Amino acid sequence: MQALDKVSLNVYPGEVVALAGDNGAGKSTIIKAISGVFQLDEGEILLDGRKVSFTSPQEARDNGIETIYQDLALADNLSIGANIFLGREPMTRWLGILPVIDRAKMAQAAKSTMEQLDFHVTRLDAPVAAFSGGQRQAVAIGRAIFWNARLVIMDEPTAALGVPEQRKVISLIQSLKAAGKGIIFISHNLRDIFEVADRIVVFRRGENAGERKPAETSGDEIVRLMVGK
Amino acid sequence: MTTAALASPTSRPSLLMRVAELRAWLFLIVLVIFFETWTRIGYGTSFLFSLYNLQAIAVFAAMPLLLGLGQTFVIISAGIDLSLAFVMGLASVVAAHLTNIGATNFGMSQPVAMLFGILVGVAITIIPGLVNGWLIAYLSVPPFIGTLGMYGVSRGAAYLLAGGMTIAVDNDWYSQIGNGRAFGYIPILVIITAAACLILHYMLSQTRFGQHTYAMGASKAAANRAGINIKMLTLKIYVLSAIMGGVAGAMYTGRFSAGAPQAGEALLLDSIAAVVIGGASLFGGSGTIWGTVAGAFVIAVIQYGLVLVDVEPFWQFIAVGGVIIVSVLVDQTQRRYLGGRQAE
Repeated sequence: MQALDKVSLNVYPGEVVALAGDNGAGKSTIIKAISGVFQLDEGEILLDGRKVSFTSPQEARDNGIETIYQDLALADNLSIGANIFLGREPMTRWLGILPVIDRAKMAQAAKSTMEQLDFHVTRLDAPVAAFSGGQRQAVAIGRAIFWNARLVIMDEPTAALGVPEQRKVISLIQSLKAAGKGIIFISHNLRDIFEVADRIVVFRRGENAGERKPAETSGDEIVRLMVGK
Repeated sequence: MTTAALASPTSRPSLLMRVAELRAWLFLIVLVIFFETWTRIGYGTSFLFSLYNLQAIAVFAAMPLLLGLGQTFVIISAGIDLSLAFVMGLASVVAAHLTNIGATNFGMSQPVAMLFGILVGVAITIIPGLVNGWLIAYLSVPPFIGTLGMYGVSRGAAYLLAGGMTIAVDNDWYSQIGNGRAFGYIPILVIITAAACLILHYMLSQTRFGQHTYAMGASKAAANRAGINIKMLTLKIYVLSAIMGGVAGAMYTGRFSAGAPQAGEALLLDSIAAVVIGGASLFGGSGTIWGTVAGAFVIAVIQYGLVLVDVEPFWQFIAVGGVIIVSVLVDQTQRRYLGGRQAE
């Protein structure tokens, strides 16, 4: 069964591309292909014009592609700093000999990253379970920023959030854009798409169904492209 | 750059959080005061200010605590290790046998034979540890079931190797390890246990291994996504737990000058209770070594204290059971009020 056929997607630095489409359209599939979860049978991925192929998500990450899935992949019981460094914790030496985790460095990273996102909490070392959905989204985004992601991919970033928090996440996306990152985000939320996207790419049944600029189209047209009328 | 400031989580009274983290120690203090009062009023003696009592309680706590140390890692990772009951016995029997074989067949001196026995006894536990880890990580068997299976296998192996009886060991050095005192005061067994506590505390709180254990307990998906090798991590955790079972078993043989297959049978639930009383959630993601230490001492104080004040021994079981229930209730209330799980 072919999930994707003859699709193509471009993203430029400082550009936000919204990926729209009905369920089963192939949006998650192409995201997973770009971020190294799936391998391509045919076709190519070009990064800076250079052909790349990733055999694991870690490789994609090493090349500056960070993916934020819907469940955020945060460890609830750990702090912001610990989550930012999850899997690659910095080490230092206690009394010069004993290798220990460098918690000071993790705390500093948390502080500077969250400041960049204008994220203020009384306790930066609290476990992230203590934060709201929008704040947790910010932590996930912060993690991507800290590791200097050039391309940030987000899967339904506002799906589980209430309206005020959705607004906050949208402005986080705008910060990322201002920082020169490329952003792809999958969304069903037309309002979000029209608010922040520079281009809207619509997939239908594993194929490109159309590409529009928000200013040149309407919600109705996007839905028509998604559904195929 | 227009960004919206995100509101901070409501600031919680940090004193209350501190109290919650130290819950097990507070519990211990309350218990000690309770028994101190009882012994003073009822018997005119002291509970706490008696060297004999302190030594006895510490020795009492040592072996369940050794099991609890490994169990802490396992429980934090959202697993459980039921096989420890007989992995300990297996190690005890093997240590006894090999100490004897070392002396008799290889002409080793007592200290060398002892070291030989202890080394092999502890090393043999790597096998059940690997099997547990492999079942759980690679065959996706739920930890409860996998380790229950190894409980049975280790039990059979231990009894088979012991020929259904205990294996006497005649080794003064070994007996000293289990019963001797350093500087006349501190039982060697306690020193060894304390060293184990320090080492495992370091591993849990200061190494990537420990950090990843916490992460895995919170969310395997998150740990996986972060590039952590979950399978290897699981393997290491269960091998560590089994090794601690091995250490406990080796210590048992020293203490009783005999290897016994049932050495750890009564201690398994105490080891789990110690971890839970110490603040860990059985759903994983939280717990600390010092919490487990406090939990082990809570259990030891209850058991020893009740004997000291002439209470029918079987009340101990009810008391420890009650403490476990209260701990979990307090823990759940704490979570509801303060939110989130706490890692080290």
